[in-house]
Amino acid sequence: MFQHDRLNNEITLFQKIKNLDYILLISVILLSVLSVFVMYSTDGGEILFHTKNHFVKLAVFFPLMIFVAFFNIKFWHNFSYIIYFIVILLLIYVSFFGLKSSGSQRWMDLYLFVLQPSELMKIAIIMCLAKYFHRIKIENVNSFTSITIVLSIIIIPIIFVIAQPDLGTSILIALSGLIILWLGGMKIKYFIYSFITFLISLPFIISFLKPYQKLRILTFLDPDRDPLGAGYQIIQSKIAIGSGGLNGKGFLKGTQSYLDFLPEKHTDFIFTLFSEEFGFIGSVGLLILYSIIIFRIVRIGAISRSNFARLFCFGYAFAIFIYIVVNLSMVLGLLPIVGSPLPIMSYGGSSMLATMIGFGIVLSAKINHKQMIA
Amino acid sequence: MIKSNSGIRKTDVINRRMFIIGAAKVVVFVGIVARLFSLQINENKKYLTLSDKNRIREWKLPPTRGNIVDYFGNVIAGNLKVYQLHIIPEQVENFNYLLVRLKNLLNLSDKRIARINKLKAELKPWDSIIVSENLSWSQFVKINNYLYDLVGVKPVMTISRNYPFNDVYTHVLGYVSQPNEQEILENEIIQERFVPGMKIGKLGLEKRLENHLIGTNAIQRYEVNAYGKRINQLEHQKGEQGSKIRLTVDTEIQKACGKLLNEKAGSISVMDIYTGDIIAMYSSPSYNPNLFLFGISQDEWQLIRNNPLKPLINKTLSGLYSPGSTIKPIVALSALENKVIDTKFKVKCTGKMELYGQTFHCWKEKGHGWVSLKNAMKQSCDTYFYEVARLLGVDRLNITAEKFGLGKKVLGDYFDNEKKGLFPNTKWKKNNLGKGWVLGETLITGIGQGYTQTTPLQLCMMTAQIANGGFAVKPKIIVDSNPISYEDAKQSMESGLLFDTDSEELIDKKLFKNQRNIKIVQEAMFASTNERFGTSYKSRIDDPKYQFAGKTGTAQVKRISKRERELDLELEQIPYKDRDHALYVAYGPYVNPRYALSIIVEHGGSGSKAAAPIAKKLFKLIIDRHDLRNKQSNFERITV
Repeated sequence: MFQHDRLNNEITLFQKIKNLDYILLISVILLSVLSVFVMYSTDGGEILFHTKNHFVKLAVFFPLMIFVAFFNIKFWHNFSYIIYFIVILLLIYVSFFGLKSSGSQRWMDLYLFVLQPSELMKIAIIMCLAKYFHRIKIENVNSFTSITIVLSIIIIPIIFVIAQPDLGTSILIALSGLIILWLGGMKIKYFIYSFITFLISLPFIISFLKPYQKLRILTFLDPDRDPLGAGYQIIQSKIAIGSGGLNGKGFLKGTQSYLDFLPEKHTDFIFTLFSEEFGFIGSVGLLILYSIIIFRIVRIGAISRSNFARLFCFGYAFAIFIYIVVNLSMVLGLLPIVGSPLPIMSYGGSSMLATMIGFGIVLSAKINHKQMIA
Repeated sequence: MIKSNSGIRKTDVINRRMFIIGAAKVVVFVGIVARLFSLQINENKKYLTLSDKNRIREWKLPPTRGNIVDYFGNVIAGNLKVYQLHIIPEQVENFNYLLVRLKNLLNLSDKRIARINKLKAELKPWDSIIVSENLSWSQFVKINNYLYDLVGVKPVMTISRNYPFNDVYTHVLGYVSQPNEQEILENEIIQERFVPGMKIGKLGLEKRLENHLIGTNAIQRYEVNAYGKRINQLEHQKGEQGSKIRLTVDTEIQKACGKLLNEKAGSISVMDIYTGDIIAMYSSPSYNPNLFLFGISQDEWQLIRNNPLKPLINKTLSGLYSPGSTIKPIVALSALENKVIDTKFKVKCTGKMELYGQTFHCWKEKGHGWVSLKNAMKQSCDTYFYEVARLLGVDRLNITAEKFGLGKKVLGDYFDNEKKGLFPNTKWKKNNLGKGWVLGETLITGIGQGYTQTTPLQLCMMTAQIANGGFAVKPKIIVDSNPISYEDAKQSMESGLLFDTDSEELIDKKLFKNQRNIKIVQEAMFASTNERFGTSYKSRIDDPKYQFAGKTGTAQVKRISKRERELDLELEQIPYKDRDHALYVAYGPYVNPRYALSIIVEHGGSGSKAAAPIAKKLFKLIIDRHDLRNKQSNFERITV
């Protein structure tokens, strides 16, 4: 076994490149290129601030992904806890010294760009829990100690993120964590019980929500109650998507976005613009592209020798899936408005950084899929 | 081995659970695709409409009013390009600074500034405020030079009503101005086409024919962004100018009327005796309707309002006057028709007549001696008509007078300020004053005093109907779709029956029992103007081409006391308010007559001195334009 490890450690650079998952890589490149074009459209058909920045971030983070991929998966396994703790420290830092913007405090200024640590937590929590479930014996998974530990791992960052406040990201972090618990073998009845408890305490939770969050839920249930106020975003989003039709209005011809009817068109509502300009066909195409990415990640997980890599890939694939589902459901009026970006497509450095690191670790798992981890 | 066993078992658990998740993912993605399908395919139309509603906004522009032209096609109410200055508040950075700049550039009054501030508070930020409705060219250039510094200001070229003949047609046309809320609500067409800055008819034909003149809005469609800002123009839909309306009036004659009544209060009406076309209808003094287009200044308004000659009153239609002696042709006709008198009937005038202890004076203190109908009319002998009226009785006189149009509106619904006037009878007095008729009242009714009240246009129509041989005419001021030539009108009139297109029935046009009686009255009126001792003999024209027949009238505005009668004061010695109204009715040419007119000069003194000379000047012009008018009769047909 020791020898085996040795063998894997000596993979040459050429072999590493050869072992990259090219279908995943091409899909990510395709998505990146598409995202630049869509960003170009949000800028009204000109290369302005958003297009430039988005492109620059892709140009930096894509090589970073490859860089991450070239580290052995064992390395990422070893550093998982440390990375988790670093991100927790960043969250604590942000909650005291973070930058404030429109009522929430979630960013830190790194001079080159503004980092949102809660985005990094989306990856860190998967790494941390994957390592935990990799190391723990299957028999001990449902022990009181382990349940206490994993719940703490999930709840601690969530407390900080909710306090920012950022409900959307905290939900995504929680779901990313819970999926590892599920995959790791936690009893199904626990999930059922807590889901029932959640449903029962829902009215109670709602009473704790901030007024603007309550308003979002009310608006979701009936967008027309205040069409020019709270319901405006979702109504305009549905109009944009619906008016796109089968083929869409054409690239750079989306009137809803071009004439500024769409809110947040660079970030959370980027799909709306895409869907308006490229229609049903384009939207389904985009979903297929995402599906290919998710499928490739799952496949890499399935061929991995180590349970760490397997858990990470499955968890990350689910996380990507959840980001997409939450974002699309939101813009399609299926869920209340919670801030959640569409991976790669949305403008936003931290989200892209986290996503690219995630892809990097997945590619590392691919390159080192035969790697065993003790 | 246990370790590896555990590892394998763990892998199994992970894979099994992953499979469940995978299945769930497929279901959720299918759900999202279904939602996309429902929005983009099933409800595509609905959302496309909503998207267009978002981005397309329509702007209505004020419609262009139709022109009003006179009989010869001269525009008497037209449209003019004007330069306006608008402010769009939402585009203004510093409103107060802007107002200070504009105040200096345009010399705006403090009142105007206050008004702009008030409008700003009332209107939506994207509605434009009209700062100046009518910029002079130099102001327009000045504004354009400083435009870089006047953010939110927009010089606009637009079309405004214009009355090229200024005060000549005011009382016929009225004027346009901005509508008030009630006026908008009352008229559905105005409501539908209303745009801020649009003007509607406030008076006269402009008001009456609003729905024909108004025109339709031009519509501009713009693509707007979410903030309502126009991005680009999509479409411009042209509006249609309102209908052109041709009147029967003759500007040359109308202008002459204005000149003849210059600085006097009074009215002149001229009518075609066969077609009923109103050739001129002037009320003096008039005022300039162009002043009202852009909001009249307080000073100018006070000047008009406080003028003692009352320019705001349309005297032709709303002025009520005692007809005085101009009623005598009707009294004579009524007596002849009722066989109370004949041409040989004579009365001895001693200058007064006693009745139940009351004295009724003739205007000539010494009396006229024995007078017959012709002489009585010629010299306007009051005593003769006292006696005729006494024999005739007021009720029979009333029937004839009403037949000839007294006590009824002449133009019907066209002018809402037209008055009916009054020709009394015994029943009227009983019903309205609750008292019985007194014989003395019959006497003074016989010389056109007492309760009788007539408008100048009624007297004109009365004269026209005597002049045309005693046939009813239907006065009109708008050339209808099928203008009838005067020869045709004359012919159909003389056949006695006419098919009326409005009521769709045959109307009896004959106003007489025996046309010989009309002839007698006509001859008497001829004598009055063209024979020696006739009251308007001095104003006669001997040339048969222009020769006319008429009757003077002098209407007392107050009872003459005994003292005043003895004093026999000159006109200038009597206070203006107490002076008699001077009246004159006439028609001409005497052979083959064509036109009738009535003239009233308020407080002008006697009819023969103040009113009849005006007719002399006017008749020359009217008859000189006769041929021109005949040639024009078919030049254009316009439907109203």
